[in-house]
Amino acid sequence: MANVPRKLAWSIAEVVETSPDTPRTKSLFLEIPDWEGHRAGQHVDVRLTAEDGYQAQRSYSIASAPEEGRVELLVERLEDGEVSPYLTDELRPGDGLELRGPIGGWFAWEAREGGPLFLVAGGSGIAPLMAMIRHRRAAGNDTPVRLLFSSRSYEEIIFREELERVAAEDATLEIIHTLTRSTPPGWEGYDRRIDEEMLGEVAFSPGERPLSFVCGPTPLVETVATDLVGLGHDPARVKTERFGPTGG
Amino acid sequence: MDERRLDGNAAAGVLAEIFTFEITTALAACARCGAAGEVGSQMAYMSEIGTVVRCAACDNALIRVVRQEDGPQRYWLDLKGLEYLRLEGRL
Repeated sequence: MANVPRKLAWSIAEVVETSPDTPRTKSLFLEIPDWEGHRAGQHVDVRLTAEDGYQAQRSYSIASAPEEGRVELLVERLEDGEVSPYLTDELRPGDGLELRGPIGGWFAWEAREGGPLFLVAGGSGIAPLMAMIRHRRAAGNDTPVRLLFSSRSYEEIIFREELERVAAEDATLEIIHTLTRSTPPGWEGYDRRIDEEMLGEVAFSPGERPLSFVCGPTPLVETVATDLVGLGHDPARVKTERFGPTGG
Repeated sequence: MDERRLDGNAAAGVLAEIFTFEITTALAACARCGAAGEVGSQMAYMSEIGTVVRCAACDNALIRVVRQEDGPQRYWLDLKGLEYLRLEGRL
């Protein structure tokens, strides 16, 4: 029968490479059998099963572009987490990882949807936004993009080198960092949590009708979403992805 | 601020166990206050017990899902908080 809707199913991905990004984050590169492809911004559910049958499940955003062959997940190691320490410390190339996806078409962007695109990330909240930046580049799209990226310190800026490289080659991609805990000598950028004043300086004007994607810890996301609406942005064009407490 | 509060989009996985179409972009109208927004833009509260998608405007429970973990696979789906669900595109 044609067009029988396919239900979301669990499958076993193979870990083909792991690579540290920063002291607290790691990228997992996966080959997933029968992967139907994803849209930038979507996530997967990952499930670990203990020998006694106990299961723990978490969601991870896909950081890779749909155009890439492998699927990259960015994992932040949370000290008291049930899942992330296993993913960052134990998982090796060749291991299997149970997951399902892609999931969540609402927090997704395709190059043909245009923009301008205003992206706001807190820490590992960069993952789905990185997929958008990579997708835009892979698609040869020139939608104007601004990324406001909040990190604790310079060393903890995830994907820092790649972001610097792609921004240097692309006049329509602007990246603005803010460092909330420590700054390197000579730092001239922002050095505080994101606030309405910063958003007013950095965001496209409401009149340009940007499409905004905000991803990170819940307090950051709620502050940014509230402030953007306060600045006059259309709430329907501000999409949010809160980590909440379950990122472990 | 409630740290347990997530975006409706976070419930995409459990909802996709039931709905075979993309539900996060479906428009959900609240039966209590009338506000309409995409399911992904509503609020989700997820726990071991189940998942509740609440109206972002008035906190009314729009969708409640409980999965029975023992015995036969069984879901309890409560949609009475919805006035309607508008689906678009190829389902």
